[in-house]
Amino acid sequence: MRFLFKTDYDQDIRIAKHSGYYWSYGLLLLIVIAAPYFLEGYYIGQMTQLYIIAMAGVGLMLLAGYTGLVSLGHAAFFGIGAYTEAVLTSNGVPLPFVEEPVIFPFVISMPLAAIFAALAGVAIGVPVLRLTGIYLAIATFAFALVIEEILSRWESVTNGYTGLLVESLYIGDTELTDGAPFYFLCLGLLVLVILMSINLLRSPTGRAMMAIRDSEVSAQSMGVNLARVKTTAFALSAGITGLAGALFAHKLGFLSPESFTVFQSLELLVLVVVGGIGSLHGAIFGAIFVLALPQGLAILKDYLPTAIAETPGMEPFIFGLILVLVIIFEPYGIYGRWLKIKHYFQMFPVYKKATFKRQKAYMKSERLK
Amino acid sequence: MSIGCIYALVALGFVLIYKATEVVNFAQGELMMLGAFLAYTFISILGWNYWAGAAAAIFCMFFIGNFVDRIFLRPVLGQPQFSIVMVTIGFGYMARSGAGMIPGWGTETYAISTPFSSEGMNLVPESVGSLVISQTDLSVIIATVILCAVLYAFFTHTRLGIAMQASSQNQLAAYYMGIPVKAVFSMIWGISAAVAAAAGILLAPTTLIDTSMGFIGLKAFPAAVLGGFGSIPGAVVGGLIIGIIETLAGFYLPPGFKNVAAYVVLLVVLVVRPQGLFGQKTGKRV
Repeated sequence: MRFLFKTDYDQDIRIAKHSGYYWSYGLLLLIVIAAPYFLEGYYIGQMTQLYIIAMAGVGLMLLAGYTGLVSLGHAAFFGIGAYTEAVLTSNGVPLPFVEEPVIFPFVISMPLAAIFAALAGVAIGVPVLRLTGIYLAIATFAFALVIEEILSRWESVTNGYTGLLVESLYIGDTELTDGAPFYFLCLGLLVLVILMSINLLRSPTGRAMMAIRDSEVSAQSMGVNLARVKTTAFALSAGITGLAGALFAHKLGFLSPESFTVFQSLELLVLVVVGGIGSLHGAIFGAIFVLALPQGLAILKDYLPTAIAETPGMEPFIFGLILVLVIIFEPYGIYGRWLKIKHYFQMFPVYKKATFKRQKAYMKSERLK
Repeated sequence: MSIGCIYALVALGFVLIYKATEVVNFAQGELMMLGAFLAYTFISILGWNYWAGAAAAIFCMFFIGNFVDRIFLRPVLGQPQFSIVMVTIGFGYMARSGAGMIPGWGTETYAISTPFSSEGMNLVPESVGSLVISQTDLSVIIATVILCAVLYAFFTHTRLGIAMQASSQNQLAAYYMGIPVKAVFSMIWGISAAVAAAAGILLAPTTLIDTSMGFIGLKAFPAAVLGGFGSIPGAVVGGLIIGIIETLAGFYLPPGFKNVAAYVVLLVVLVVRPQGLFGQKTGKRV
């Protein structure tokens, strides 16, 4: 096992805790970069999808896992990002002072999509961030339902349920939104987002976010500006999710409001919980889970008796069952289990279960009579 | 008005659980759906009398609610509130798709034959004017009133009701005072599920029964919040207001507003007056 000696104050906030990090993550990076040269088109598509969902997961993780604000409406930001991107790149937008409608290149439209989503996040965040816990969840939930309705009714822009075609992007003659080029675009943006998040989390803002998660009162007494940090977290989270939405628009190629319902919000939340709340690894693991589950079930169906395999609604049932089981038996999700396994081997003969035990906190009402 | 009463009934279920356990049950609509399906099984498949079937369904749902608490919620007792809410969401998924898998229930839409006709009847004498209401709607309204009165009395005047209030305010303290907190929680889940079943049975003639009827539970959120989570009269008034607003929005505003009117109201309420119309002021103690 490895002993870490602290010889430097900077060591506490260094991104790589020890040299092993360079090896393992470097290897992972090499594998994902090499992947499109070995894999077939279908798998490249799936990997791309994985990166997009993982990016949205990172967005929600910053909010739910690190700031402790649970949003039940992240599909709304996902949708805002996707529609912004689709509208900006395809139809062209009439602008003041410009004669012709402007068609934005993606280098501008994607950040714009993220900014739009972030602005929506601020717009909803500022009034509702006074609320905590369940009220905040319900408010974001209502917000998502309203956005969903707007997406389906604002037909002059979004085309309603008829759907909106998303143009492919080109650099020179290479199509950017298909196959390997799109894979690298998504991978690059995901790595960028993750690095940004890691960097944020070791900065004062990130630490303030975690302090708020652990105790609002003590964070406030330590001089954290609650409103500002919460709004920042909300905007960042919405922005990252919006960026993922913009990529998703190109992945789908065709947008309709049905892709951004409350169920997508719930799925994102399940991703965060099953992956392991409170860790960026969790967002990636969760994304793998959410993508792999339907595929795994499809494979499993071949081995089951037809009577069971043919039942409709099998998939959501398993989905719900796994969610419940994970919360009951492994509150830290897949990443938590991984940590425990790693810890077991590191500590080999002396592993103690109590290392990961968490204290129970019995509820005290803040409703005063 | 009657749709408002249904919202009120579902919101009552939310409020009951919230009042006692401070958990928001996202599967309340699904409990309602299960109740309606049970009633359908008893009345239409087994051919029982309407009243017997309804009573049996409510009775069964009481035990199902109990079991849900035992199996799913007791293991996560003492964990962060958010985990508990996620468990109810997971249960909602399971209930919705599980009901579709049960033979005889399936994914189709069903109706229950009720003794109430949908014909209108005039409530006031002809000489005064006309106030026409269908029997189905009237049954909903009357049942709501009765249920609320009973529940309100239960919470304020019985030992068990007061024990529930105590355990909602401070689980540990209530436990030290000799209240069997876990049993109380199971009990409240049972009652809430029974109320949900009643709502489902009353709703059945209007919207018919299918596995996705649980979504009406989502509409009950605004009702519960508007009334102030944790207030029984509030839930009822909130439900009625939401029902009326929705109907008016469907009447006077362009299409689309009807669906979201309730949520817009919810957002406004949360921003302006988070404790709702009848809610208690919250204070933060360190």
